[in-house]
Formats: sequence, structure tokens, C-alpha cells
Amino acid sequence: MKKRSYRNPVGVGKYTGLLLIMPFIIGSAVFTLYPFIASFVLGLTDSDGIHFPEFIGAENYAEMLTGSEFLGAVMVTLKYTFILVPLKLAVSLLAAVLLNAEIKGIGVYRTIFYIPSILGSSLAAVIMWQFLFTSGGLAEQVTSFFGLPPVGWYGSSGSAMAMIVLLRLWEFGSAMILFLNALKDIPAEYYEAARVDGCGRVRAFFRITLPLLGRVTFLNLVLQTIAAMQEFNAPYMITGGGPMKSTYTIGMLIYDEMFRYHNAGFANAVSWAFFVLVTAVVLVLFAVTRRRREEDE
Amino acid sequence: MKKLPLYILLTAGAAVMIYPLLWLIGASFKSNDEIFTSMWFIPDSIDFSVYKRAWRTVTPYSMGHYFINTFLIIVPKTVFAVISSVIVAYGFARFDFPLKRLFFALLMGSMFMPAIVTVTPLYMMWSRLGLHDTYIPLTLPALFAAEGTFVFMLVQFFRGVPREFDEAARIDGCGNLRLLVYILVPCIRPVIVSITVFTFLWTMNDFLTPLIMISSVEKYPLSLILRLSADSTGDGYEQSKIIAMSVIGLIPSAAVFAAAQKKFISGITAGGLSG
Repeated sequence: MKKRSYRNPVGVGKYTGLLLIMPFIIGSAVFTLYPFIASFVLGLTDSDGIHFPEFIGAENYAEMLTGSEFLGAVMVTLKYTFILVPLKLAVSLLAAVLLNAEIKGIGVYRTIFYIPSILGSSLAAVIMWQFLFTSGGLAEQVTSFFGLPPVGWYGSSGSAMAMIVLLRLWEFGSAMILFLNALKDIPAEYYEAARVDGCGRVRAFFRITLPLLGRVTFLNLVLQTIAAMQEFNAPYMITGGGPMKSTYTIGMLIYDEMFRYHNAGFANAVSWAFFVLVTAVVLVLFAVTRRRREEDE
Repeated sequence: MKKLPLYILLTAGAAVMIYPLLWLIGASFKSNDEIFTSMWFIPDSIDFSVYKRAWRTVTPYSMGHYFINTFLIIVPKTVFAVISSVIVAYGFARFDFPLKRLFFALLMGSMFMPAIVTVTPLYMMWSRLGLHDTYIPLTLPALFAAEGTFVFMLVQFFRGVPREFDEAARIDGCGNLRLLVYILVPCIRPVIVSITVFTFLWTMNDFLTPLIMISSVEKYPLSLILRLSADSTGDGYEQSKIIAMSVIGLIPSAAVFAAAQKKFISGITAGGLSG
């Protein structure tokens, strides 16, 4: 191996930096690496969290693949993610484009659009959502105001899912801010040149804005996908996973198995499989967008 | 006048975004009947006594008690997060050391780690140590730069501080730590403010971790007392009381957001930080 030289200020050894990042190294070992290994090992046992666990091999994984519990939760989680994430990206991009206008009072509008994503992930907002969609709640009053029949949001699987998607869609502010910052970096000269060449606004958006937003779009895509796949609070509080497990996400499955049924072994196996699933989805996102991203650079 | 359609569009959007919150505040003053019949957010009459009742909660403790609990988690967590992230970011930004690339890659990776995956094994670890139902599992990880996002953002800002500052300070006899504390930290004060704000908001909003770790009602943070109250309401129950509790629960975050609002909207979110 080639000996590498370390560029440091005079009198500073090569281990000083290592010492400074020690909290991070210890933290990763204890709070990331350990849980990762522990959940794999425990996933191979029949642990109930109390008695000494017994090694049962891949039995938990076999149960996951043959039973309906895990596969059902995976389907719900993926469906939820694939519905929510594209909608959220589209809405946040549209809002960012509108809010990028230099007009009077735009700061107030930016603030208002951002507020739900600050307050929205709190439990209070989730409880609020519960009230908005109960029978007779605001959502039903609005639909009947427009002469539509009552939906009965909690009753059918489609509308229960829609309720949660709407809650998280309402919180598009954080994705919007990333888009907004990226939009500000696009030089105004590009648009002027396009206008001189007779390019309309809509075409300028597709030809100039969108291609230049490639990187931030990808960042938003990955962040939102990971966040959506972990959804727990909303189904736990609003629908309880129902009706008929139609909003029963993997997060809920892990929680129930661990803390309601005390199947620690199974819960750990699910956690581990879920980690693999999230990693796989992120890798797929990387692979699918690879060509585009390479063209960007 | 050319701008008029844009204003109309933005105002309509803003109304949709803000209406649920206005409705929530209004509903806290409404009777059960009024909640479920009136679309308009302004209540028939305003009587603040519901907030007095909400403040008492459904437990022997008042909301004040749960506010204090929440701050007992937030304050150490914030201090830990700021100190550890600054030191680690300083190491990454200003020094060269073995395996630097590997550790930086790990740092980036940790930003994408789904938290729910580690919940089960970490719960088992803490309870084996006899530390579940204490605030240690909620606060201690912050001491180890647990939020990769913060470190990443700090590294970016450290890189923006000219190295000439370091050299000048070293010539004047500053050691590594004094250089950090007296020269670099003052340059990155705005980032430290936003780390504080985000730690505050995220901890306020965190539900899963306390749900798992904290079991005695006495030690609940705000989010858990809200869940308990929402669960214990039946049909005949006064709905406005739980709504009023939710409104009270939103006040700290709203206040912090109002105070730091300019920072949010400006470039401080550059590191990918978000609500």
C-alpha cells in the first residue's frame, strides 16, 4: 500500500482529527452498527424480550414470506410511498416556482406555505387531522357544500389511505424550501436569453428550470421516499392501521410485534428486512436516475 | 395588474394551507354540535374556560408539568447536539486523518438511515441497561453527533471560513481547541442557532421514541399526553378540550418558528435540513 501523507497544520499529528470525530465514531458504533448487528442476530431467535432467546435459524424470515402480515405491510407501505412521493414533489415544485416570483409580500406567502411542515409533523396536527375527517368533520362539510355525497373517510380502504396521504401532502414545505433555494441559484440571464429567442414561459420551465433542478429533485426524492416508508404516527393515531389493514404500514407492524405482542425476535427480523428493503429502494432510485444525473455533470 | 392572477393563486393556496389550523383554534371554543355542523372557523362565542380545563389534562398533572418534562429533554439534547456536532464537524473540515473518506461516507449514510429500523434493538439495549423510562435514551445519543445532517451542514459552513484565520490564530499561539472556540465558532453562529431551532422542533414533534421509551405517565412529554388524552375521549366527551390541548401543544413550536422564521426561509436550509 502506498503511504499517504497527511496535510495538517504544523505541529498537528494525523490522529488529532480522528480524536475530534471520536464522538461520531462511538455514536455510529453504538447507535447504528450495534442495532444493525443485534437486530440481525435477534431476528434469528424466538426472543420475547424477557426469557433467554433460542436460536431458530431463518424461521422468522420464512414466516415473513409465507404469512400475510409482512407482505401485506410491505404492499401498503410501497403503495403509500408511490402515491405520496410523486404528488409531494409535484406540489412542492409548483409552489416553489410560484413563490420564486419577486413580488411584494412574497415572504408572507412563503411563511404560510411552510408552516404546516413545521407544525404538521407534531402529534397535535395528527389529532387535528383526526377531527377534520371524522363523520361530520370539516372535510365532510366541505364535500357536502359542493353537493357531493359524504365520503365516510374512515370506512373504505382507499379513503383511509387518502386521508394520510393528504396529511403528509399538506406538509410539503420542507421539499418546497429546497426547490426554492435551487431556483434562486438559476441565473436570470438564462430566462432572458430564452425569451429573446422566442421561448415561452412554459417551454422555458421544461427546457431550463427542470433540467437545472435535477440534483435537488433527486435529493428530495430520496429524502421523501425514506420518510414516507417509515410512516408510523399518522396510521397509528388516525386509522389504527385499518380498515382491514389497508393503512397498516411496516412501521406499525414493527411496533405491534415488539410492544403489543412481545415477539422481539420477529420484530427484529422485520426491522432488518425493512432496512434491506429501504436500501434496495434507494439503490433503485440511484440506478434509475443514474444516466440523467451523469448527463448533469 | 399583470401580477393579479399570481396573487389570486397564491392567496387561494395559502388559504388551503392555513385553514385547518385556523379551524383547529376556532374549534377549541366550539361545542360538540358546533364542531360537526359549522365549516366556518370563527366560533359562536369565545369562552377561555376550556383552556383552563384543558390545562388540567386527564391526569393528576397539569400541562405545565408536561411542558417542564419536554424541556428537561430538549435542553440537554440541544446542548449535547451543538457541542458534539461542532467538534466532529471541526475535525472533518480542518484536519486530515486516516480513513477520513470512509468516515465521511458513513456520516452521509447516517443521514439516510431509517430511524424505525433501529428502534427495536435500541429499546432492548436501553432496557437491559435499566435505563428505559428515563430521559437518557432520548438525550444521550445527541452527545455523539447523532444527527449527521447537523455535522454535514457545519462542515459546509466551516469550509466557508478562510483558513487564513486559523493560520493567524496559530501564529498567535492558539491551540486546536482555543482556535475552535474563539475564532471559528463566532463565525458560524447562525448555523448554531438553526441547530438549536431544529433540535427543538424535532424533539417537540418526536412521538415514536418517547412512546417506546417512556412508560410512566408522570414522565410523559407533551406528545404522549396528547395521545393519552385523545385515546381517552369517548362519544359524549367534550371534544373542544382535547382540541384546546392540541392548540396548547402547538404553541411552543409556533413561537420558535415565528422567532426564527427569517432563517428558515433564507439559505439556512442549504444542508438539506427540513421540518
